Amino acid sequence: MTPMPGKVADASHATLRSLQRALIDALGAALLALGLAIPILALRTEQNISNELILQPRWNFVVIAVAAAFAGRLAYLLFAALRPVPRRRFKSLMPSGLSNFLARSIAGIGLGILVLYPLIALALTGKAGAIKWIDNFGIQIMIYIMLGWGLNIVVGLAGLLDLGYVAFYAVGAYSSALLAQTFGLSFWICLPLAGILAAFWGVLLGFPVLRLRGDYLAIVTLAFGEIIRLILINWVPVTGGYAGISGIPRPTLLGLPFNASDEGFAAFFQIEFSPVHRAIFLFYVILALALLTNWVTLRLRRLPIGRAWEALREDEIACRSLGINTTNTKLTAFAIGAGFGGFAGAFFAARQGFISPESFTFMESAIVLAIVVLGGMGSQIGVAIAAVAMIGGTEILRELDWLRRLFGPDFEPTQYRMLLFGLAMVLVMIWKPRGLISFRMPSIFLNERRRVRAELVQEGHG
Amino acid sequence: MRAALAPLLTVEHLTMRFGGLIAIDDLSFSAARGQITAIIGPNGAGKTTVFNCITGFYKPSGGRVLLNFSDAPPTADQIDTLTASGARYAASAGGELFLLERMPDYEIAARAKVARTFQNIRLFAGMTVLENLIVAQHNRLMAASGWTLLGLLGAPQYREAEGRALDKAKYWLDKVGLTQRADDPAGDLPYGAQRRLEIARAMCTEPTLLCLDEPAAGLNPRESADLKSFLKSLQAEHATSLLLIEHDMSVVMEISDHVVVLEYGQKISDGPPDHVRNDPKVIAAYLGVEDEEVEEAEAEISQ
Repeated sequence: MTPMPGKVADASHATLRSLQRALIDALGAALLALGLAIPILALRTEQNISNELILQPRWNFVVIAVAAAFAGRLAYLLFAALRPVPRRRFKSLMPSGLSNFLARSIAGIGLGILVLYPLIALALTGKAGAIKWIDNFGIQIMIYIMLGWGLNIVVGLAGLLDLGYVAFYAVGAYSSALLAQTFGLSFWICLPLAGILAAFWGVLLGFPVLRLRGDYLAIVTLAFGEIIRLILINWVPVTGGYAGISGIPRPTLLGLPFNASDEGFAAFFQIEFSPVHRAIFLFYVILALALLTNWVTLRLRRLPIGRAWEALREDEIACRSLGINTTNTKLTAFAIGAGFGGFAGAFFAARQGFISPESFTFMESAIVLAIVVLGGMGSQIGVAIAAVAMIGGTEILRELDWLRRLFGPDFEPTQYRMLLFGLAMVLVMIWKPRGLISFRMPSIFLNERRRVRAELVQEGHG
Repeated sequence: MRAALAPLLTVEHLTMRFGGLIAIDDLSFSAARGQITAIIGPNGAGKTTVFNCITGFYKPSGGRVLLNFSDAPPTADQIDTLTASGARYAASAGGELFLLERMPDYEIAARAKVARTFQNIRLFAGMTVLENLIVAQHNRLMAASGWTLLGLLGAPQYREAEGRALDKAKYWLDKVGLTQRADDPAGDLPYGAQRRLEIARAMCTEPTLLCLDEPAAGLNPRESADLKSFLKSLQAEHATSLLLIEHDMSVVMEISDHVVVLEYGQKISDGPPDHVRNDPKVIAAYLGVEDEEVEEAEAEISQ
């Protein structure tokens, strides 16, 4: 009566079987890599001195790619798939009280960090070093948070896939720049006008695309974004074409400009002039604008219009059967989303002092949409986290000089921006297919506010 | 006597063609005020198409769908004036008169107060049960929120309106027995509860005519019995007339005041349940004709 040897034999047999299966799977992956690598990596055309195209084979790259695919897949199957990791293991490492506290107060903590950010940067890096951290990082991230929150109304709440959001950003930037230059209006007057004009264009775009759904809506909005950019390039007398518009007046604090003159901010408060004052001021302006966007969005979600947007995302036909005018509902989503894009555009123009069509390419729309999708459609905090990760992450690439020491002086980390973007998208799609924060919070409750699981929430079909 | 009142809904010569297919062919019937009218017929008879024409989801190819709020029947003159004017509705002494075939779907729900449910339940699955009932009261809340502006500023009049909407939602939650599940997502409810919620959501729009597309489909016998008494109570306690499509004959025969039978887009019978039940045409449509009749027909053809 010794069952043990049999069991051991069974177990080793099972291990052998799974090893065999893993090997076959890895071979498949290697074959796939081979198929992809031959056209992409193996054959490279180059021009020689007499301008002839010559084929340069790079089989070593193919071998590396195939070997990497084989080894990577095998390692993954053997170490990750064979030993299933209990889900949420990391959560148990944290005391549940702490994780609950974090979940509840993440918005407050995030807001606190944002408000204190310029002061922290100033304290850590000094006046000269802080400009880069406040301007390149802080302001840049805040602009994208605001754009993400604006687009979140259209894509996340109303479920209308808009690939041309940059058009409204451009309308805001150009209208505020042109109003400032033509009529000499200050930033604080141009800002609301730019928002209104962008919202107006949102409605104009909304009308023709109302009948379209899903992919068709996405294509038409994409085309609209391109049309706006091409108009900016070609309408030279007004927009200056490729040369753009320069000399856009900078925002002032109640009429105090941020310059070294006697009427300037520094002179008025009798402190030493420093360009960092302007950076800090601009940071708080965009922070206020973004918080306004957030406040309005959160508020709208609890109003009939916001609930109608979400209902529209869930089921348009049911909406109509309840007497909701879906045309108007879609138009308001387009208009309000576009309006916030316009505000951000006006701020962008005033911050740069110079705008050109190059700032408003399709890539910008794609980045903002990626932020909304990564963050979790409809989630304000998710969008903010995604913007910090994506924009902050790509900006930080500029700072990674040690990589150059590692890979040689020709290595340019910023060129891998899009690769990292793509990688982040793929990873999130695998682990969190509905975005970082995928649950939905109900807008009203009877007894207790409970999360709605992501699987139940529709993504909208246009 | 109820029958003396003018019908609420009058469908005249309704025709719906999809390309070469005639889904509804010259259909006329009426639904009486405060009564339960059932439309029955074999699969593919065009019942849901009739619903879609009444509720504006389809534009009929021909015919007239008249909804009359007034107790008195509209005079021929009134109808002609409205038809000729090109307007979609007209006010008269007793109440408004609507030409539903001219109105877009949302306006039929909002103005003519025709609510409907769907054969394949259409709830807002990712919203809670309570939110579903609040969204149904959109138009009233929208007006109270000053088309969003006043609501955005937190005006007290909007908060009051929202409180009233919440009370109404609570009333209907209680009525369909979903109070305990008010904060659960609608998509998590069991099938029978989803059906009840969809009816409650439609009732939150305060309809004069409620169109139910197979409300008993997929219900077990107990739920089906509950549904019967629930629909009877809707008719009795709320000034709502019901139009329903149903395959469950026990429901149809027990609660309807009036039954319309369709086959291949045409009306083959129309009357009280007892009349329809014994109508040979209806029996033939449901059970097939008996062999003698086939022989008779063959004999007629060969003559």
